Formats: sequence, C-alpha cells, structure tokens
Amino acid sequence: MASASQSQFTNPFVRWIDNRLPIVTLMQREFGTFPVPKNFNYFWNFGAISMLLMVVMISTGVVLAMDYMPNAAEAFGSVQHIMRDVNYGWLVRYLHQNGASMFFIATYIHTFRGIYYGSYKSPRELLWILGVVTLLIMMSTAFMGYVLPWGQMSYWGATVITNMFAAIPFIGDYVVTWLWGGFGVDSPTLSRFYSLHYLLPFVLVAVVMLHITAIHKVGSNNPLGIDVKSPQDTLPFHPYYTIKDCFGLCVYLALFAVLVFFTPDLLGDPTNFIPANPLQTPADIQPEWYFLPFYAILRAVPNKLGGVALMFGAMAILLVLPWLDTSPVRSARFRPIYRPLFFVWLASIVLLGAVGAHKPEGIWVLLGRIGTIYYFGHMLVVMPLLGWIERPLPLPESISRPVINKDSLPRGASVAEIRS
Amino acid sequence: MTGLQPAPIGPADAVPRRDILTLVALAGGAVGVAGYAWPLIDFMNPSKDVLALASVEVPLESIPPGSGITVVWRGKPIFVRHRTEAEIKQARDTPLDQLSDPQADSARVQPGHEQWIVVVGICTHLGCIPLGNKPSEMRGDLGGWFCPCHGSQFDTAGRIRRPPAPSNLAIPPYTFESDTKIRIG
Repeated sequence: MASASQSQFTNPFVRWIDNRLPIVTLMQREFGTFPVPKNFNYFWNFGAISMLLMVVMISTGVVLAMDYMPNAAEAFGSVQHIMRDVNYGWLVRYLHQNGASMFFIATYIHTFRGIYYGSYKSPRELLWILGVVTLLIMMSTAFMGYVLPWGQMSYWGATVITNMFAAIPFIGDYVVTWLWGGFGVDSPTLSRFYSLHYLLPFVLVAVVMLHITAIHKVGSNNPLGIDVKSPQDTLPFHPYYTIKDCFGLCVYLALFAVLVFFTPDLLGDPTNFIPANPLQTPADIQPEWYFLPFYAILRAVPNKLGGVALMFGAMAILLVLPWLDTSPVRSARFRPIYRPLFFVWLASIVLLGAVGAHKPEGIWVLLGRIGTIYYFGHMLVVMPLLGWIERPLPLPESISRPVINKDSLPRGASVAEIRS
Repeated sequence: MTGLQPAPIGPADAVPRRDILTLVALAGGAVGVAGYAWPLIDFMNPSKDVLALASVEVPLESIPPGSGITVVWRGKPIFVRHRTEAEIKQARDTPLDQLSDPQADSARVQPGHEQWIVVVGICTHLGCIPLGNKPSEMRGDLGGWFCPCHGSQFDTAGRIRRPPAPSNLAIPPYTFESDTKIRIG
C-alpha cells in the first residue's frame, strides 16, 4: 500500500525529493527530533566516534587500494611507493594504519560502556548481538589488513593464525590448505585476503545500519539504567547530542592527529619493516595491540585445540552475555558488588594484553592462566550468581528525579517493577 | 513521543546569536572536510616517480646523419632523427600548397639545429608506429617515414604526404641543453 502522506517540509526541492524518497523526513525523525535520555555522559559519544572512524577507514582504504599491489612480489614495494612517491601517500597510509587502532579504542570503550551500564539487557539483546557481530567483522578485517604490507610480522602472523585451523578435528588440514590456496601463506593467500579486506567493511556498514535501526526501535539506555518514563526525561537529539558528539569528536580527532603526525609508528611493530621472509621466523611473533588479550588466551591452554576453542570462545561468549547476567538492574552504578568486579574484569583483560605481548615463559604463563580464568569466570560464574545474591542500591524514580530524598523511600521504582 | 524543543532564552538577540554559532560551526566543519578531502584527492595526481619520467634527456652524439632513434617519453615513442643536408633541403623546398596539412619546415625544427627533427612516433591515422628511423627500413617515396598499417607516408619533416593519415606527426616540447643533448618535456 503506497503512502499518500505529504512531506512536512516547505522548501519545494526538499518536498519533491521527500515525497518520492522520504529520506529528509527520516533524517529529521531519527537524528533531528529523536528523543534521547537527557542524562548521557561522554561514554555515550563512542558510537558516533566509531561511525566517523569507519568513514575514515573506508575513504583512506579505497584511495590506498588505487596504488597497492596485492601480490607477494610487489606488495611491500607498493606500500613503500605509497609512502615515498605518492602525493600525501604517507598521510593516507598513516591515517589508515592508526585509524584502525583508533577505531578499536572507540569500539572497545563503546562495548565496555554497554557492559557496565547493562545496555545488553532486555529489550536490547539483539542490538548487543549485532554489536558483537560488528566487532567480529572488524577483527577479521583488521587481521587481513595487517597481512597486506607483507612484512615479517604480516607473513608470520598470518602463518600462526591460519595454522590454528588445523586444530579442527578430521578436516583441519584441508581447511588450512583451502585458506592458504597453496602449501603455506603465499601470494594466493595475500590476494584473497585483499579481496575480503575490501569487501568486509561494506558488510560492516550494513550491520551498523541494522545496529542503529535496533537502537532506534527501543531507544537508548542511559547511565542510570532506568527506562525513560516521560518526555521530561529526554532531549531531542539535535542540537543537544549533535553538539556534544561534535565536541567529543574534536577531542578524539585531536588525539588521532597527535598519533598520526607525531608518533605514527608508536603502535606498530618494527619487525614489519622487514620484507616477509618465509625462511626466517622473527624472534617474537605478536599481533597488534587490539588482539593481545585473545592471543594470551590462545596460548594459556597447553593444548592446541583447547587454545583455539577458548580463544574463539572468548569472543563467542559475548554473544550470549544478555542471558548470562541474571540481575534485573541494568546500571553498575546501583550494583555494589558487581561494580568493583567489573573493574577487576577490566584489569584481567589489560593483564591478558600484557601477557600477549610477552613470550609464554616464566611468570607470564601463570599470569595468562589467571587472567583467562577470571575473564571466563566473571561471565560464567559471577554474572549469573550476582543476579540472585546481590542486593542492589535503591533505584531513582526517574531520570528527571535521580536524587532520592534520604528521608523517604523511592516511589514506584522497585526491583519487582524493573523485572517486569 | 517527542522531546522538548530548545526555546530561545535570554535577550531578544538569542536566536540570531544561535544562527551565527550554527554558521560558524558549519563553516568550520566544511573547512575540516575540505582539509581531509584534499590529500585523498591529491593522492590520485601523478606521483613522484611518474613526474620523474615527465621529462627525458636524449644524448645526440651517437646518432649518425641519415639515421634516427626511438626514445620513450610519457609512455609514447619519440623519433629523434639526424637529417642529412639533402633531407633538409628537400623538406624546405616543398611548396606549402602540396601539403594536406600545410606547415613550413622551419616551424617544425629549432633554429640553429635544423638537422634534428623530433616527432611523436605515432601515426596520426589510427596510431601505429611508422617505420623509417633506420636507413634500412622502408621510408616511403618522400624519404621520411612509412606507416606499414595502412600506407601513410610522411616526409623528412614528419609532415603527412600520402593518405590515409590526416595530419602531420606531432612535435613534442623539447629544448637543446647543448648541441649534443636535448631534453624532451
């Protein structure tokens, strides 16, 4: 059934377009007047920051692809050609390389915000799952992207990670040969990684659009974790959060600029300045910083299949997080036991990151196992149990009345109410 | 469910002030976008290694009179030919009304260096590379160049004399760095 309702705009050009493709009405509704909780803090900026970085990554990537040569003989040289001979090649390359790190920083903060404030709980479970899918796509894209410069770490990182799939029972070796397109990581592997590295970001765009659709259906969470009860609890997205997002973006882009212009190789591995040599393994093989915790989990288990399973499990467990946490209270602000444990969990991830950066010897083996046990224990034991045994702090009445008069009990905001 | 609309508060110039703030913010944003876009666009301009080959130096000592060589300039073949006195005279003495693309010989060479003819070695018909640099190759009736694809013939000044090519061989920009070296482009 075609809608016959007319556009609400007065400008004739806008009306002509909007009556045929209601994009202007859509933008106005979803990003203009859309009601948003009025108590957001700056942790709510990171979704928008991530989106901008996605645009930066795609734009710099498409341009770099014009000069990059995806075969083993020319890849390393083509990157040097971009860095030295192409106009602003050094800038576009450093924007892309450091943009990846900035994209992960923003996405990780965005994710941790979700875990702390319970944004994954009903009715936002699917939103959360879409977010985890986004993270998985980002990780695949970043892994393949790192192989493209064809340095020593590119080649050997690819070798380590593709070899992991040999742990699959029965068909493991066939899978690895299929991934390689040969008998080891070589030119066929590189060119297929290039194709997929170009493709996945556009899949990411589609998943992000689903993610935004999902959040707009149920509305955003907020630092108090309680539902919006009336329009008094909200503000229109424009101009309040457009300007707040712009400010946050300026700060974030300033940090990005410092990284790109003053220390562009800070987060990179010097080993990758050596062209790939299949006959010489580097002394230390490690991935980029954003993979270090997972790398630590992989090596924490003394069994190959176990390590691979646990590493993939570390990401997969995030998908079922909404069902692991049994507490009806969303925000950690009102969960006095969960709150400090959240920071312990964060510390375990940072610890795992440090473990991933060291050889698996000495104290690092023990620390890796402790970190892994707590990482999984927090989600498999702490989160289910706390829902039942923890006594939450009293929740405020509403976002507009967040401060409770200590002489009177809060009205109308009981745990039973939240649970329903 | 709609949220509160922001209402102007304060003195009467509050809304125009907001307009100025909006304008400045949008202008700043536009400058930012342009600043980001320019390197991505300039990235596509010729890179330094392409520009390095934008001009080519050609030493002339090893080219004997009556012979010519082919060099590559910007991806195209360039004929550099050392004309004999007879070839120069033949080119000069041709009446212009005999030419389908009239051009005097003096307009196609540089003063003081009339023995050197430098032309783009691409036939102006459909783009084949004409023969005739070496004396052993076919040069056609006019002693210049002969295109084997469809039979176009050029004279010793590179001008078209027998169809089907419509125009003279193009002259690239070049200068004499010395009597024995030219720079093309």
